[in-house]
Amino acid sequence: IVTHLPSSPLHNETQTLWVLRGVVGLEIHAQIHATSKLFACSRVAFCSPPNSSVAFLDASLPGTLPVLNRRCVEAAVITGLALNCTINRKSLFDRKHYFYADMPAGYQITQQRLPIAVNGSLIYSYFGGRKRNQVLSRCVRIKQIQLEQDSGKSLHDDQRSQTLIDLNRAGVGLMELVMEADMSCGDEAAAAVRELQLILQTLGTCQGNMSEGQLRVDANVSVHCPGEPLGVRTEVKNINSARYVARAIDYEIQRQKKVLENGGIIVNETRAFDSKSGTTIPMRDKEGLQDYRFMPEPNLPPLFVYEDEASVPAGVNPTQVVMIDRLKAELPELPGVRRARMVDQYKILPEHSFTLVNEDGLTEYFERVVRNTKAEPRKVIGWVMKELLGNLNQQSLKLAQSPVSPEALADLLNVLESGHISSSAAKVVFQEMWKAPEKAVEQLVKELDLGLVSDREKLLKICQKVVDTHPEQVSE
Amino acid sequence: MLSLSIGEVSAALRKGRLSATELCRRCLNRIRKTRHLNAYITVTEDLAMKQAQEAELRLTRGKPLGPLDGIPFSVKDNFCTENIETTCASHMLRGYFPPFSATVVQKLLDQGAVLVGKTNLDEFAMGSGSTDSVFGPVRNPWSYSVSYREQSREQDPDSDWVIAGGSSGGSAAAVASLSSFMALGSDTGGSTRNPGSLCGLVALKPTYGLLSRHGLIPLVNSMDVPGIMTRTVHDAATVLDVLQGRDEKDSTTVESAYSPSSLPEEFDVRDICVGVPKEYHAPGMSAETLAQWGRVVALFERAGARVKEVSLPHTQHSIVCYHVLCCCEVASNMARFDGLQYGHRSKVDSSTEALYATTRHEGFNSVVRSRILAGNYFLLKQNYDRYFVKAQQIRRLITEDFRRVFQSGVDVLLTPTTLSDAARYSDFIQEDNRTRSAQEDIFTQPVNVAGLPAVTVPTALSSRGLPISLQLIGQSFQDMKLLTVANWMEQQLDFPIIRFHDDTDQERECKLGS
Repeated sequence: IVTHLPSSPLHNETQTLWVLRGVVGLEIHAQIHATSKLFACSRVAFCSPPNSSVAFLDASLPGTLPVLNRRCVEAAVITGLALNCTINRKSLFDRKHYFYADMPAGYQITQQRLPIAVNGSLIYSYFGGRKRNQVLSRCVRIKQIQLEQDSGKSLHDDQRSQTLIDLNRAGVGLMELVMEADMSCGDEAAAAVRELQLILQTLGTCQGNMSEGQLRVDANVSVHCPGEPLGVRTEVKNINSARYVARAIDYEIQRQKKVLENGGIIVNETRAFDSKSGTTIPMRDKEGLQDYRFMPEPNLPPLFVYEDEASVPAGVNPTQVVMIDRLKAELPELPGVRRARMVDQYKILPEHSFTLVNEDGLTEYFERVVRNTKAEPRKVIGWVMKELLGNLNQQSLKLAQSPVSPEALADLLNVLESGHISSSAAKVVFQEMWKAPEKAVEQLVKELDLGLVSDREKLLKICQKVVDTHPEQVSE
Repeated sequence: MLSLSIGEVSAALRKGRLSATELCRRCLNRIRKTRHLNAYITVTEDLAMKQAQEAELRLTRGKPLGPLDGIPFSVKDNFCTENIETTCASHMLRGYFPPFSATVVQKLLDQGAVLVGKTNLDEFAMGSGSTDSVFGPVRNPWSYSVSYREQSREQDPDSDWVIAGGSSGGSAAAVASLSSFMALGSDTGGSTRNPGSLCGLVALKPTYGLLSRHGLIPLVNSMDVPGIMTRTVHDAATVLDVLQGRDEKDSTTVESAYSPSSLPEEFDVRDICVGVPKEYHAPGMSAETLAQWGRVVALFERAGARVKEVSLPHTQHSIVCYHVLCCCEVASNMARFDGLQYGHRSKVDSSTEALYATTRHEGFNSVVRSRILAGNYFLLKQNYDRYFVKAQQIRRLITEDFRRVFQSGVDVLLTPTTLSDAARYSDFIQEDNRTRSAQEDIFTQPVNVAGLPAVTVPTALSSRGLPISLQLIGQSFQDMKLLTVANWMEQQLDFPIIRFHDDTDQERECKLGS
């Protein structure tokens, strides 16, 4: 869908690599987080025994008809709203025909003519600058979001010359998000994907786990000299994790630059990312010039979503339709907004706001600590970033598994603020709290005898004791 | 007894003058006797007797489920029936046992109707003669009727039997030969009305969206409807009432604003306006059909109805529009038949592609294959606008033609259903399926293109002793109103009940309390 215009090979041999810039667009398939599939009531199941969640429609039994899942429509609208899209009040379903063993009907139901959402944008940030500690903000345009069916899975058993088909995934609802070619390198694309993942997870419309195939990224990559027409693009598939997004794209940009530098031309083809070698390899393009013979899906009337109850026509039951204003009102605080709020409200550093928003539940934890302590948020954030996260990462624990509750940490910080213990002592206490979460802070301070002594007489006695026991040092 | 209407036999069952099991047994015997018609692909004897016994229990207790309780019926073999083989008369689905039943079938079963068998058809419902089935052609029961045999010069009925029409020929033959009281057909371009007409039955094509297509193996999703075949208009109305209504499983069904459940008690034909479309004077129409058309027009006029000539100017483009859209949808709908999940699978397994290609070549007959190829051609990106989009635009114009005429005060349109009475099989097969379909569907397919309801009503016997019928076309979702007019028409015409030489006097005179 992203259009890159073809251009002739570079004929100026003196043009060097650095003049060429990468142009990157993304086609992202996000599995909709729903109980059942897009057009059938079979369960969306992960890691279930093969072919254990297959409705008659999923197996393309003749005589079955698609019935649209309301939750999937809402998920697409919610996602569209979060990405500043125009929600099309009317959208249409189409059949996209091709033969493949994991697609039993011989066609996929998608939205080619008129998708549910268009013309949105995603603002993302990434660490750039020379030291990669500058938070740079970018925007990528969202061309459209369309609803479509996922295919089943096929496993090739070369030994027995057979293919095994699992239809559990066939018919699961997908949102295909098309990001325009506004990105220029792997880091930008990876950051955009990361931000999208966060947004989808916050919305609850997609769990965004790339390794489980809940979020799949294909990249359209080309290179050109800025100001010149766009170069021929290749499509890079098989990017199976967030960290490979940047690697795959950067490799492909480099590859294309080298080809052009050596006087070659870029072929419009599909390439697969090979994680072992870190390179892209041309895929066997058995389809050649694929004509999908798009045709309107005759079993699904046009999909209408309404602005509000007032715009629902007479005779249509309002409980049977999707209303945009309801969904808008229920939108949660998006990551970008939350980050800005954290910086603004608590005066913490932008980098810290990223970490807070990235970790599930960490913002809530932080805010609870802040609420329960006299210590300044800027102090709290330090403890959260270093002590708390440090321990969690070291022991590979999730935040929910932290032995130290926000209230307990707040207690500790209060004790520190009041001057009863030194900051180095507080760190020791923290570790003890981690090991013995049932013990109160005051109790631990006593047990470890880490309390600061402020009584002048006591201090004199201690000093005297030290002097008395070390006469040699004193005489020196 | 078997020639009674549903209304009559249902009354007899409820009054205890007839037992459901006896009725079922008679129908099953009749099926055996009429095997030469090749109307049935599967006869569900054991199941039918079991259902009949259950019906009998309810009837003797005075608790029938409704007017169809205990009534034997048959279903065209392109409707899914749970655990009963459903073949679409194709090699592709030989041995296919669906795990679910079509909604319309289930509704009949839920009313206590007794399923006696699955009927023969043109393969995948493509055809207008029921002559292209892997199980062989269907014979029109009228081939063996007294009226036909008396004037036929041939002694041997096997040499000059006539076609039943298509593609729901088996269902029509079942009802016309008196082994079923009602049958389900499907109608995409006339496939219920055409055989209904040639077999002298009442055959209703309901408004698109009124009856559920869930479980009907599709030919053209945007035009298919389940069709109802009975021997009287009243029976058709009874069945329609049971079957109509929104189905959650079919997103193209609608809850029509107001849907009466029966024919009105009072009807004055002077209240209606009958339109006669001038474009329906097709060149191939037989003189006798034309004469019947004029006869019935005069009937309406004499009775005080308003009759006027109307114009549907885009009629001439309808058949091509229909064929283009039909082929496109066929190409799409048939893509699922690859032998992987169900149906025929070729033994060739050198590659997935080879498996697909061979399976589909072996499974489909040449009619199906040619429509798939044509459809794929029309759907190519470079051809899409010129063929598919253009056909849809023509479709809108045809629909507008009808809408305009109905808006001008016309209540129903009166046209022929088929060009003539049933052709001899030996004559019919002189031309190929495509040619015949184009010829025979001429009066019926514009109705499918526009999604309107239409019903064929037998009017008289031809000089060959075969049925001639006329078609009434109604407004969208005014199916009961359409049947009301058809009911009046039927009452004026007094079309004869079929008679066979081997009918015993007892069977013929068994009119129980009519």
